[in-house]
Amino acid sequence: MNQVSQAQASEATRNAVEYTPPFDIWENAEEIVLCGDLPGVATERLEVRFEDHELLITGRVEAREDLPRELLKEYGVGDFRRSFTIGEAIDTERISAEMKHGVLTIHLPKSSAVKPRKIDVVAG
Amino acid sequence: MRARWYPLADLQSELGRMRDEMDRLFGRYASGGRRGWPTVSVFPAMNVWEDDQSFLVEAELPGLELSDLEILVNAGSLLTVKGQRREPEWQNGSWHRRERSFGTFARTLELPAPVDPDHVEASFKNGVLRIRLPKAEQAKPRRIEVRAN
Repeated sequence: MNQVSQAQASEATRNAVEYTPPFDIWENAEEIVLCGDLPGVATERLEVRFEDHELLITGRVEAREDLPRELLKEYGVGDFRRSFTIGEAIDTERISAEMKHGVLTIHLPKSSAVKPRKIDVVAG
Repeated sequence: MRARWYPLADLQSELGRMRDEMDRLFGRYASGGRRGWPTVSVFPAMNVWEDDQSFLVEAELPGLELSDLEILVNAGSLLTVKGQRREPEWQNGSWHRRERSFGTFARTLELPAPVDPDHVEASFKNGVLRIRLPKAEQAKPRRIEVRAN
């Protein structure tokens, strides 16, 4: 059962190249954790929004100074954007995100209503 | 795996244009395997620039630090970047999506001219590795004074 699905890509308003960063998504009884690679994005240029079951991640890449002659180009550099639809009920107050060495980790704690509860059965 | 330069600059730029077009259509690493991350044989993907004085090699290695890497210069113009990207451990859960890659990697790039191995500088910021390699004295272009006779 996969409760996390990628949202339909919507039209970009800026005419700039935007890339889709790769993400790992992990889930346990307590939370959903998303880890994504956004190299070149500083913490202050990252935006994580969670609204109406949609998690939207955008990262602006800082301009890097190159040398005049390009010899080899194996990857493009541009801003990052990705969104996910989260089916699960999330405790939005406790969402946390951390950016370290170009890796973004987002913790989405499940709201207590949907956490599986263990019912103690007492012998009668 | 050793990346080679195409001898013809024109061919190179034509391939670059084609690749840019492929990237636009299919993502960042059209020449790699699955979406979002290049195949192991070309990891890490590299961009290289030069001016008269030096080369600049850039690679994206998110999650790593300079101390996780080994950077070597051999035989004047062979640059090797080696390292390991460790997978974080998560307990008692399940994966919904696994798009990122982990493990050890090594890549050797042949630069088109010899460099000065004693003055190579590397920086690592937000997962972007940049290595500046000054060209060896004999590889720098020299201005020839032409005197009218």
